[in-house]
Amino acid sequence: MRASSLPEVTATQVADQSIVKARSSRPALAQPWSELVFVLLARTIIVSALCILVVLVGSIIVDGAARLTWSFLTSFPSRKAENAGILAAWTGSLWLLVLTVVFALPVGVGAAVYLEEYAEKGRFARLVELCIANLAGVPSVIYGLLGLQVFVRALYFERSVLSGALTLSLLVLPIIIMASREALRTVPKGYREGALALGATRWQTTYSQVLPAALPGIATGCILAFSRAIGETAPLVTLGALTYVARVPDSLFAAFTALPIQAFNWLSRPQPEFHMNAAAAITVLLVLMLALNVVAIVLRTRFQKRQR
Amino acid sequence: MAKRRKLFERVVEGLLVLCGSISIFTTLGIIAVLGVESVLFFRQVSLYQLLLDSQWTPLFLEKHFGIWPLLAGTVLTSAIALALSVPAGLIIAIYVSEFAHERSRAMLKPVLELLAGIPTIVYGYFALLVITPALQKIFPEMGSFNALSAGIAMGIMILPMMASLSEDAIYTVPRSLREGAYALGASKLQMIFGAVLPGAVGGITAAIILSAARAVGETMIVAIAAGQQPLLHFNPLQPVETMTAYIVQVSMGDTPHGTLEYHTLFAVAMMLFLLTMGLNLISLRIRERFQRMYR
Repeated sequence: MRASSLPEVTATQVADQSIVKARSSRPALAQPWSELVFVLLARTIIVSALCILVVLVGSIIVDGAARLTWSFLTSFPSRKAENAGILAAWTGSLWLLVLTVVFALPVGVGAAVYLEEYAEKGRFARLVELCIANLAGVPSVIYGLLGLQVFVRALYFERSVLSGALTLSLLVLPIIIMASREALRTVPKGYREGALALGATRWQTTYSQVLPAALPGIATGCILAFSRAIGETAPLVTLGALTYVARVPDSLFAAFTALPIQAFNWLSRPQPEFHMNAAAAITVLLVLMLALNVVAIVLRTRFQKRQR
Repeated sequence: MAKRRKLFERVVEGLLVLCGSISIFTTLGIIAVLGVESVLFFRQVSLYQLLLDSQWTPLFLEKHFGIWPLLAGTVLTSAIALALSVPAGLIIAIYVSEFAHERSRAMLKPVLELLAGIPTIVYGYFALLVITPALQKIFPEMGSFNALSAGIAMGIMILPMMASLSEDAIYTVPRSLREGAYALGASKLQMIFGAVLPGAVGGITAAIILSAARAVGETMIVAIAAGQQPLLHFNPLQPVETMTAYIVQVSMGDTPHGTLEYHTLFAVAMMLFLLTMGLNLISLRIRERFQRMYR
């Protein structure tokens, strides 16, 4: 009776509630002390992990809050800590983000479409899959060395935003491919069969039916990948991007710095005033990443609701 | 018309194959770049020197090329990280999959994801400016750069991945195994430690190895907090230099292209690459076998 008056209560929720009831009505004797100790231990670990998360982010925001002023956002780095700012760093990070999306998104989704929609189970597809699985585990410093030799030296792109973005693109490519494949796999087979039965070609089927259906899932995975890309420090440092840059990048071949590199630069100096600057720069980076993550979570919940 | 469409289809398929093959090119590119420079390195330094010298001082006037100090630093920080993250991660995984309510489980997973997405420079900051000062109150003789706080920060960083992967492994264990254990009169903990964990051991091993690979390859935390002195010891209170931190150290200086110092960068990276790739491949193999077991 009650269930019918509240149509949004689903069957699983009802089942959950009955489980909760069954658990709470269980006599205390049924749970031996060893089990209680284990649960207590596990909860302590989880709570302390959450506390560490709060302290982690909290300490940085507290340390950096005093330096987070408008002039900090609109000034270039300086030898004096109180005059230094992150204008070059955050514009550099935005450049990197946009370029990485431009490079990595089409290629990554293309590779995923190839593996899910086109590839026959053969040697080539197997090799591609093995390489992707392998690349996902390669430490990010090594991508930096690859970028240094290929983009900076062999292709003469120098230490430019272009080199940085290309390096980061290679780094996030495996993540994008894996996330997109997962999203493509959730599209029901009927979509493809229906389109093919109507005479659509394989690409028409993919482009007009499969990709739109998988788009929210692909977008979620890719946003998480790009938010990882702008937080990366090591590959850009090995690329040689840790230099004094006092201008906003204005072309693909301009020298650049980025938020994590600027923070690392300040962090490796002994003076505590510069550590405060680093904290402020990291705070800005975290806000940027949080914004991206919120977009991803909103997309995912929308997607899940629609699928039901 | 039909001909043109067919041509278009082939072109699209060709482009998609190209997208897929970029991962092959990247792999080959890494091997080529590291390989060529490593060969140049080994022209001047023998493998014998690399393995038998106990000092690593390529940036000094008197050069020594013993890999052990860097390897010891890497192993020490990774071991500290794993000692923290493996037990804690396992306990969280067991709790989440066997004890937690569906609702708190649905809440914990995004939190783990959020933790995993925090950039490593944040953990580096945390290790240098929060963990080290706190530990110095307990160990006053500890330096401002040391292996212990870097290892702890790295352990916190790996924890979400370890917990999430082992939870997946435990989740894969079929229900019938649990029911069988209960039917034999096992308590819940006996069921977990006697049936579920042995059943999930393959997946958990794969998770541990993958976490180890991640720890070995982690760069910023150790570059910031562990110091840059390649000393051969296993004292967690002293500074160490890992292979990754050495790469960062050389990249930060102005090392001229083509010198022996420049080659060492790639020789160290080659060893790092082989080490992490080996760990990843072993983990992949174990996980594949584990998943096949319950199919």
